[in-house]
Amino acid sequence: MTSQNRELSDLIAGIGSGRVTRRDALKRGAALGLSVPALSMAMKLGETAAQSGSLEIFSWWTSPGEAPALQSLFDSYAELYPDVEIVNAAIAGGGGGPAQAVLQTRLQGGNPPDSWQTHIGRELFDGYVNAGFTEAINDLYESEGWLEAFPPALVEGVTVDGNQYAVGVGVHRGNGYWYNREVLANAGVEVGETLSFDEFVAAADAVAATGVPAVALGSADGFVAAQYFENELISAVGPENYPKYFSGELAWDDDGARAAAANFAKALEYVNEDHSALPWSDAVAMVIEGRAAFNSMGDWAYGEVVAKGAQDVVGWVSHPGTAGSFVLVVDCFTLPVGAPNAENAANWLKVIGSKSAQEAFNPLKGSIPARLDADLSGFSEYHQWSGASFAADALLHSAAHGQAASPAFKQALYDAALAFLVSKDVDTFAMTLVDAQSSEG
Amino acid sequence: MATLTTTVRDTPVAQDAPRAGRFSFSRLLAPALLTPSFLAIVVFVYGFIGFTLWVSMSNWRTNRRDLSLHDPLYGVYQDLLNQARFQIDLRNTFVFTMIFLLLAVAMGLSLAILLDRHVPASGFFRSIFLFPYALSFITTGVAWRWLFNPTTGINTLVDQLGINSVLGWFGLGPFAPGWITDPTVHGDLRNWLPFLDGVKVQLGIPAAMVAVTIAAAWQLSGFAMAMYLAGMGMISNEVREAASLDGASPWRLYRDIIIPLLKPITVSILIILGHVSLKIFDLIYAMSGKGPGFATDVPGIFVFDKMFGAQQYNLGAAASIVMLFLVSVVIVPYLARQLKDL
Repeated sequence: MTSQNRELSDLIAGIGSGRVTRRDALKRGAALGLSVPALSMAMKLGETAAQSGSLEIFSWWTSPGEAPALQSLFDSYAELYPDVEIVNAAIAGGGGGPAQAVLQTRLQGGNPPDSWQTHIGRELFDGYVNAGFTEAINDLYESEGWLEAFPPALVEGVTVDGNQYAVGVGVHRGNGYWYNREVLANAGVEVGETLSFDEFVAAADAVAATGVPAVALGSADGFVAAQYFENELISAVGPENYPKYFSGELAWDDDGARAAAANFAKALEYVNEDHSALPWSDAVAMVIEGRAAFNSMGDWAYGEVVAKGAQDVVGWVSHPGTAGSFVLVVDCFTLPVGAPNAENAANWLKVIGSKSAQEAFNPLKGSIPARLDADLSGFSEYHQWSGASFAADALLHSAAHGQAASPAFKQALYDAALAFLVSKDVDTFAMTLVDAQSSEG
Repeated sequence: MATLTTTVRDTPVAQDAPRAGRFSFSRLLAPALLTPSFLAIVVFVYGFIGFTLWVSMSNWRTNRRDLSLHDPLYGVYQDLLNQARFQIDLRNTFVFTMIFLLLAVAMGLSLAILLDRHVPASGFFRSIFLFPYALSFITTGVAWRWLFNPTTGINTLVDQLGINSVLGWFGLGPFAPGWITDPTVHGDLRNWLPFLDGVKVQLGIPAAMVAVTIAAAWQLSGFAMAMYLAGMGMISNEVREAASLDGASPWRLYRDIIIPLLKPITVSILIILGHVSLKIFDLIYAMSGKGPGFATDVPGIFVFDKMFGAQQYNLGAAASIVMLFLVSVVIVPYLARQLKDL
């Protein structure tokens, strides 16, 4: 092999693996005396050569429950594309706050990963699609049959102007209410299949009389107070009216929203005093260890229950008054504009949208597959319950997790709910949200 | 011999020629060495301050970059200053700075005076008191978050020591403050100053902030102590001897002679620690976060939330510019004085 040939094959391999950019390739090719058409052909050759190179996946999945789940997706991918080197660009931090800061910096700087994790709905639309950071993947939705495999709410949650922009991999239920059976038994309370708000108040009074906080709250995480309020909103106005507050059809200071805030204030009478210092997981731990009766939390709380082997002690029910609704918190992955390894990224989406990958991923992650045709027999008792709810109940997007509202409104809701924890001032709370909604434009 | 003569004769010439060359070379050397860092500072500091200022007056409110200017230009600032949370943040910054400076200077001075009295093993104690300064704010924040956790921290220790039962004998309640979880705001300036009625927030001292200032003072009073010890070392022994010959007690020696002589040191400490406290972010982020009802929220956390959470870039930039302004109010007069002295 002459040195020129060696350099050429090196160049093609470089293009294929994504190590060499198009501009570099043209420059190096010109130095080898190749014309632009010849080089373009060489590049095509490099790209369609057996899948190799790398695939950089950005997420905030680093915790002991999340990292193995992410690894299972990598394993599913590696089975089909063993020559691709997977780069795990996960950034630690609860709820993804620090990760989103890093991702935004990378996107603004024109340096996207090959695919990143986000929530469906407004977080995807406002944060990435409207800013022009994501490619439409309609062809994948057609070729993989995803339009039928996913429920309509999940397809709508990734669709802008008829184009799909992401693929959901797992679904969390945001309106869980976890309770400690022993604490409730001590207070002489029994919880059935559902819990209404009035039943909750009666139960909480009975628990409070035994000297234990009835509700464990961990408000150090920004989303927690907002999540409690959104569940109270569903409880007060029902699943058919809930989305209208985010679309502007209903006003944040109407009777329904005020009733929700008043119920939230009522529930706050039962919370632990040190809630501002506790992250959500510490509040779950209070229930597991019998230091409180109830905790309102998405079903990632179940991961904590399993980790401490407390399945027998901890029971669950929908957040008071929200039975019949399933609050969606859906993790999805995108295809970036200018993905360094676009082909590998598209294959990644195909893999994680597949039935087998979702069945392997979700038991580890503690969520259920986004596909309706997935087999839940290998899942826990809780997840079979949640899967039945997913198939039957009204699917609502969470605002606290960025799906129902724009990032700016979400932050305004966080701030208003955090202030409400102390002030319990319904008027100020309602007016803050009205202002935030009107500045949405 | 011949060689030597040649050398000796040649030497002045040989020295002269390079000296002329070296002179012009060294004249160029300084600017040449300074230019890279000058350019880097112009671009990466002042350039980006300018960019931030521009963004703070722009319409950039989503992830899509939009550098068109807002109409009116000050609109973003108006929006910012009208937000209750930002008003709370400014109040918190003020309260934090005041209490923290007071604690750090008082503790630093006390420690310095104690060590100045030639206690045994003063070098050992000096290091001990200075060590917290070597920690990062994150470490301090995490440790003090545990200490000030009302159910597992200091309160447990107080209880174990039996202090609560002693208080009980006197008919007093147990000593169990909520520390960083206490949402109370003590006092409200608006009660005494009616013109402040337009302010949306309670202008008092948030109880949770006091806990945070204790942690900050713990970390930085060692620094103040070191500054004061250096200052005391520069006060000549003759002054002390003269004072003691005149019969001054140690108390008068410090009150009327040493502390007044240390005034420049105090000013330096106030300015150095003052700008640290105006920019504080990491300690509070690790220790109490936004706190109960934003009781320990500061502009730094506000910027982070608005910039990356809400993606309201112009609002985050405007808050950054306000922080820069606050710091420059402290720093610029100090720099001006320093430059005048040169």
